[in-house]
Amino acid sequence: MADELIPRSDEFGLAKANEANAPITNQEPASFSKQLLGFWVTFRTMFKKVNTVQYPEVKEETAPRFHGRHQLNRHPDGLEKCIGCELCAWACPADAIYVEGADNKEGEQFSPGERYGKVYQINYLRCIFCGLCIEACPTRALTMTNEYELADNTREKLIFEKDDLLGPLRAGMVPPPHPMYPNTDDGNYYRGEVTTSHPSQGIAKHD
Amino acid sequence: MSNAELIGQDPGWIIALKGLIIFAACVFLTIMSVWGERKIVARMQQRIGPNRVGKFGLLQALVDGVKLALKEDLIPKAADRIVFVLAPVISTTTCFMAFAVIPLTGEVNFFGHKTAMQLTDLSVGVLYVLAIASVGVYGIVLAGWSSGSTYPLLGGLRSSAQVISYEVAMGLSLVAVFIYSGSMSTSEIVEAQQQWWYAVILFPSFIIYAISMVGETNRAPFDLAEAEGELVGGFHTEYSSLKFALFFLSEYVNIIAVSALATTLFLGGYHALPGLGFTEQWLGGWFTLAWFFIKVLMFFFIFVWLRGTLPRLRYDQFMKFGWKVLIPFSLAWIMVVSTLRVMSQQQAPKVLIIAFIFSIVLIYLSVTTLVDREKAKVIKAAKVTDSAEPDFPVPAIPNSRSEQLNG
Repeated sequence: MADELIPRSDEFGLAKANEANAPITNQEPASFSKQLLGFWVTFRTMFKKVNTVQYPEVKEETAPRFHGRHQLNRHPDGLEKCIGCELCAWACPADAIYVEGADNKEGEQFSPGERYGKVYQINYLRCIFCGLCIEACPTRALTMTNEYELADNTREKLIFEKDDLLGPLRAGMVPPPHPMYPNTDDGNYYRGEVTTSHPSQGIAKHD
Repeated sequence: MSNAELIGQDPGWIIALKGLIIFAACVFLTIMSVWGERKIVARMQQRIGPNRVGKFGLLQALVDGVKLALKEDLIPKAADRIVFVLAPVISTTTCFMAFAVIPLTGEVNFFGHKTAMQLTDLSVGVLYVLAIASVGVYGIVLAGWSSGSTYPLLGGLRSSAQVISYEVAMGLSLVAVFIYSGSMSTSEIVEAQQQWWYAVILFPSFIIYAISMVGETNRAPFDLAEAEGELVGGFHTEYSSLKFALFFLSEYVNIIAVSALATTLFLGGYHALPGLGFTEQWLGGWFTLAWFFIKVLMFFFIFVWLRGTLPRLRYDQFMKFGWKVLIPFSLAWIMVVSTLRVMSQQQAPKVLIIAFIFSIVLIYLSVTTLVDREKAKVIKAAKVTDSAEPDFPVPAIPNSRSEQLNG
């Protein structure tokens, strides 16, 4: 039984690992001249270009897929993509998201289909920016922006409401609530067949 | 006229003014050196360092001081109140006092009076500096003890042990200087270095002094008293506000003070670099002040360089180095130096001097080879006992491979 634990082959490079884990035989300190080399390193570094970024004045661009503040996206006609399914809240390991869904009613339609997110809160004191909520979102309503300046002076201010998270209205979008595009259902929306708003939905935003 | 005679004629108001100037210069130099250190260390780590307050962050240390002064001044309940307040005062006053005997210039015209920029010239000036430095240790010990807390106590003990041990080496390294200059007065030692700096003739002494002055000032890599990872802040853990500022100030004034002493004793004090002697007459002799500060700042740079380069020593290694390397080495060196000095004073023949040096080298070589041989023996012995197979019979480990193969 016990010998099953003894490696029989080196296919996993165990000989290499043993070599690396072997006790250090040379316990003597490095030679004096070698130790002096350290002084040269620090002296030379003084004349190197500094790495500092003067942050508040100079801001470096983040990586394109940097995990920053969340954003709730919209369909091209301005309806919200969020359907209030709470999958993001369930996926969140830090329990930072709170969602309350509600039914879309006649004359009070916020998203295509039956349901929309009535209350949507993200607590940025809890959020760890892991992005699991984004992976969980079935309608691609929740994505992350590159914005990272999320400091504030009270706890309340760091609980972002739906208004804070919703993406801006772009050209051709009508601010919800408004009916869906004429003669379409939610399937058309998800397949990307609705590309702009219809005059019957309301006055679109011009750019 | 020697400095001592010049200073002896000073009227009272000049002495008072000089004291004030030296004090102001120390404080100013401290503030600037804090800034300089942060800038240099930052550069060594590829950073910029302070650059927010004033041009190049020059006012950073000043603003830090204001911030410290405005902070809440806390005295722990378990602290001994009187000693707790007294400790930083002792620390600060003593480190300023060391500057009294340092000659900053040669003969200059000071508001119509012929004098030298040196507060006083004691005939035992260097001993006075050593004595003052020893009193300064009280500040640290008392701060650690009176805080009524564990970390400060340990930090205070450490640093007092450290300062005392390294002061022995420091004192011994100065003996050679006394022997060669024939004086303990700082200004006379400076004058004795007109031809050759003692850093050149007494190079081993210089090295010992340079090492022990870092130990003496509790600076990296010997900053065991303030080892953050082990002792929080060391002896000043419980200090805040202005009392902490005083400790901070005294640490930096101390650095400047030991650097000034090193300049005076080993680098020819206020005299110009060799070959630039004509500059000493510039500005009516005041230019020597610039030479003095250039040398002091060079030492300061070395302090910063050490901090930027070396990791902190382990406490036992540090003590071992002080007692088993520096002190015996200085003692041997003093013997050699004094023998040579006596020989040259008695006009011994050159052959004898050369024979003496030769025999010293021979003794040194034979001792080191003997030590190396002993070391090799120890290593060999250690290797024999390290063998994996024990030389006594042991039962086989159950279920081991060898047992299965055999049975």
